Amino acid sequence: MTTSQALPQALAEIVNDFQELEERDRLTLLLEFSRSLPALPERLTNHPELLEQVVECQSPLFLTVEAERTDHGDVVRLFFQAPPEAPTTRGFASVLFEGLDGLTAEEILAVPDDMPEQLGLTRAISPLRMRGMSAMLGRVKRKIAGGLRPAP
Amino acid sequence: MPVAVDTNEKFASYAHPERLVSTEWLAAALARGATKDGSLVVVESDEDVLLYETGHIPGSVKVDWHTDLNDDVARDYIDGAAFARLAAAKGISRDTTVVVYGDKSNWWAAYALWVFTLFGHQDVRLLDGGRDKWIAEGRELTTDATEITTAADYPVVERNDAPIRAYKEDVLAHLGKPLIDVRSPEEYSGERTHMAAYPQEGTLRGGHIPTAASIPWGRAADTDGTYRSREELEALYLGEAGLNAGDDVVAYCRIGERSSHTWFALKYLLGFETVRNYDGSWTEWGNSVRVPIAKGTERGELPSSN
Repeated sequence: MTTSQALPQALAEIVNDFQELEERDRLTLLLEFSRSLPALPERLTNHPELLEQVVECQSPLFLTVEAERTDHGDVVRLFFQAPPEAPTTRGFASVLFEGLDGLTAEEILAVPDDMPEQLGLTRAISPLRMRGMSAMLGRVKRKIAGGLRPAP
Repeated sequence: MPVAVDTNEKFASYAHPERLVSTEWLAAALARGATKDGSLVVVESDEDVLLYETGHIPGSVKVDWHTDLNDDVARDYIDGAAFARLAAAKGISRDTTVVVYGDKSNWWAAYALWVFTLFGHQDVRLLDGGRDKWIAEGRELTTDATEITTAADYPVVERNDAPIRAYKEDVLAHLGKPLIDVRSPEEYSGERTHMAAYPQEGTLRGGHIPTAASIPWGRAADTDGTYRSREELEALYLGEAGLNAGDDVVAYCRIGERSSHTWFALKYLLGFETVRNYDGSWTEWGNSVRVPIAKGTERGELPSSN
């Protein structure tokens, strides 16, 4: 898949996992992702003002992005929150979390904006709902470009 | 054989109480096995395409309003053959009692019910309060897949749009008669071209169809997602919107799903005989060349050429 080669490794693997499945099973995989979205750490649950709502999503989705200093340089940490009654939105957030969390700012900024389309869900989910995921990716990138708050 | 109607006291004052069932009624019907012999099929229709999979009413089947009911090429609903295939696959026969429920005050459930009605399915009812009320009451949900045990055969029925569906040309001809705009006040005035959080369905121009009354759809629902009482609905539509008994009414929103919820209230709860849902709604009207619009919070005047 030539398009996937431009993606960071973890995200490319996720995209391949989706593409190898039949359309119906792709939804099941998205549902599995929705279940594995980690809960926010307590310091963020208690400070909802540190999260931003992505209004393009059809359900309430909040996110924030932080920079973390590691031995291997600065990496980006992602945090998402979406209610359980919004599994599609949670699934999209979870794909981005697993695919991008811990990468460098440059790696995330280099992810193609149309990456969500590569999951092959456009028919099963309708383009209208897919745009919520593009909006999440866009917001993550904008926040990175705008300068990150260091993790406490 | 249709399943007995819900004799719930609240419904008795509505024009067509047989169109609603309560959570108690449904729980009792499930307990006596009404979904096992094909006489009752419970359909979940949600905004979120994966919500059914996270847990649904035991024995219910899923109908996705977008991918199951819309044609994937034309901006139209599926045809009779596709509907027959869909219904049969869900265990629904022509005489099956169908109860539809969904998330967010049954907004998409009402839409699915409206599409079933385009095909003249006789007995299709809404679960008052929908998914949220069922869950709030701590009733059973399951993630088990529903097996369709009763083989169903559904006839190919030609869709009959005219009685309950209005096209743009019908609305142009209707100008001067009552219109209900069920979008948010900001969409009505033209300040926004989309509902908050749904920008992807924007239009070139904001505003409303001239003379339409603004009654946002959510006002027909109570805080628990159930429909408001007949008195409250009358205050809203006969009082505020100024409708009169016997009026020929068209309701619209942005793509026709919110207005299905209002269509249901006007037709079955208040008993207006002629109510049509303009499913082209604002995404069509607001983008159409040479159709009149009004901006601002006033209803606006009819254009003189009409």
